[in-house]
Amino acid sequence: MNMTRRNGLTALAMHGALIAYTLVALFPVFVIVINSFKERKAIFRAPLALPDSESFSLIGFQTVMSQGDFPLYFQNSMIVTVGSLFFILLFGAMAAYALSEYRFRGNRLLGLYMALGIMIPIRIGTVAILEMMVAAGLVNSLWALILVYTAQGLPLAIFILSEFMRQVSADLKDAGRIDGLSEYTIFLRLVLPLVRPAMATVAVFNMIPIWNDLWFPLILTPAEHVKTLTLGSQIFIGQYVTNWNAVLAALSMAIIPVLVLYAIFSRQLIRGLTSGAVK
Amino acid sequence: MSRPRIRWHIPIFLAPAVAVYSAVMVFPLFNTLRLALFSKIEQQQVFVGLQNFQTLFLDPNWSEQFWNALANNFWFFLIHMLVQNPIGIALAAILSHPRLRFAALYRSAIFIPTILSFVIVGFAWKLILSPIWGIAPSMLDAVGLKFLYAPWLGKEEYALTTLALISVWQFIGIPMMLTYAALITIPEEIVEAGEIDGITGISAFWKIKLPLILPTIGIISILTFVGNFNAFDLIYVAQGALAGPDFSTDILGTFMYRTFFGFQLQLGDPHMGSAIAGAMFAIILLGVSIYLFAIQTRMRRYQL
Repeated sequence: MNMTRRNGLTALAMHGALIAYTLVALFPVFVIVINSFKERKAIFRAPLALPDSESFSLIGFQTVMSQGDFPLYFQNSMIVTVGSLFFILLFGAMAAYALSEYRFRGNRLLGLYMALGIMIPIRIGTVAILEMMVAAGLVNSLWALILVYTAQGLPLAIFILSEFMRQVSADLKDAGRIDGLSEYTIFLRLVLPLVRPAMATVAVFNMIPIWNDLWFPLILTPAEHVKTLTLGSQIFIGQYVTNWNAVLAALSMAIIPVLVLYAIFSRQLIRGLTSGAVK
Repeated sequence: MSRPRIRWHIPIFLAPAVAVYSAVMVFPLFNTLRLALFSKIEQQQVFVGLQNFQTLFLDPNWSEQFWNALANNFWFFLIHMLVQNPIGIALAAILSHPRLRFAALYRSAIFIPTILSFVIVGFAWKLILSPIWGIAPSMLDAVGLKFLYAPWLGKEEYALTTLALISVWQFIGIPMMLTYAALITIPEEIVEAGEIDGITGISAFWKIKLPLILPTIGIISILTFVGNFNAFDLIYVAQGALAGPDFSTDILGTFMYRTFFGFQLQLGDPHMGSAIAGAMFAIILLGVSIYLFAIQTRMRRYQL
């Protein structure tokens, strides 16, 4: 009796602490999103009230849609994110396969060389990256961002993928070899499908930092036609700073796609984080 | 005996990754360090050795900003270590309780700020803390603490700490998830053995679980260190490239950006910018080395 009561109290305290922190985590997001659907006066009069029939307004979204080219920014962000993920996964898986499957001279050294980039941030080399992109004529091209993000994502991708590829059964690959499959076919048809969960983990880990990055778009692709959503909304908000409806609507429009992506991929992300892929 | 044939598929598998990584990451990194040893004098790139570093550390025009940014950066890191990581670990400890209901729901909700971009986080908090909108003062008023309110982001003495706490709010999900992952792999038998010896509840966490997850805490610390000494976005979004008020929120990232890219009327100076990047590289390398050689090798790893 006494024991169950104590357990009940502990559970209550645990839920209390978690609910309190969840409120802290979600409150700012909640305030921004509800106020973006309200008219200007209501934003100031009752900032914590939900929009009702009287205060509901889409004026902020109308301003954003008519003034900023958000569909274009969104498209640019999509191209950069999907393009970078494609190259990180393809090149990363190829290199991870070579490092985990074949024995050759310099294998360990090469693995170490690639792993160095896990801890050293690529931003340190920005001055020379900009110089190189200027020389290559890639400034204000989405390719510049795709190249940078691919280079930045490869070290961890190779590290995680080669761990998983070591677990693929050698018998399976040898059976393929006896059947006369080429090394390329073994990689594509036998190994890649088996490491799909690890590929998903790598993709989800890289997706968020690439989508949210502000540093490289600011430096490498500041022109209007190649702005990413993050840079585009930063500049838009900076210009409309006194137009509260527009600012709140722009923030909501930046939040909502990320929340949708998170709703789709959160399982994968949390499984990836908790499976020890980063240990 | 024939010579072994060259297995062409190995270089073909390796080439794209090695090429992109070397060309876009490793080469620019070393090239930046090389550029730090040059200076532009009358449109000519001249080798000046370590003079840029001497200017950066000792010339009053530069050194004041540099040491200010470095000190601010350490304070930024310290707040993360003292606030973000303990709270994250505590949340993970609660979440990993075996009979807790709705754990997945809490976990997903608390992780949401981590997936938002700095632009959203920076502006959202700017609005919430703004004296014009008044959400923060009126909420403090509701609990009778209005006298505590100040325009935190606008005051030199509070701005950096406020931004650090906003960053803590954003990234608390990372230590929480990593610690949670470590805690759920602790075998039930170990905890039960402790229970038989009378170690339960909170003391079980301190005496049994915490020592077992020390390696994870080491990883969290080094990730925090590298992330903080490489930070830029939040400060830039909230306070601009000048990291106001009066450079009180300037950290190495914003200082480097201003220097090499230029702002307003000041022209960019790639060579001084490279020197700052070199200093950042040295600091990060030092941190990572301390972690790898001093902490990780001494930490006892328990075979679970």
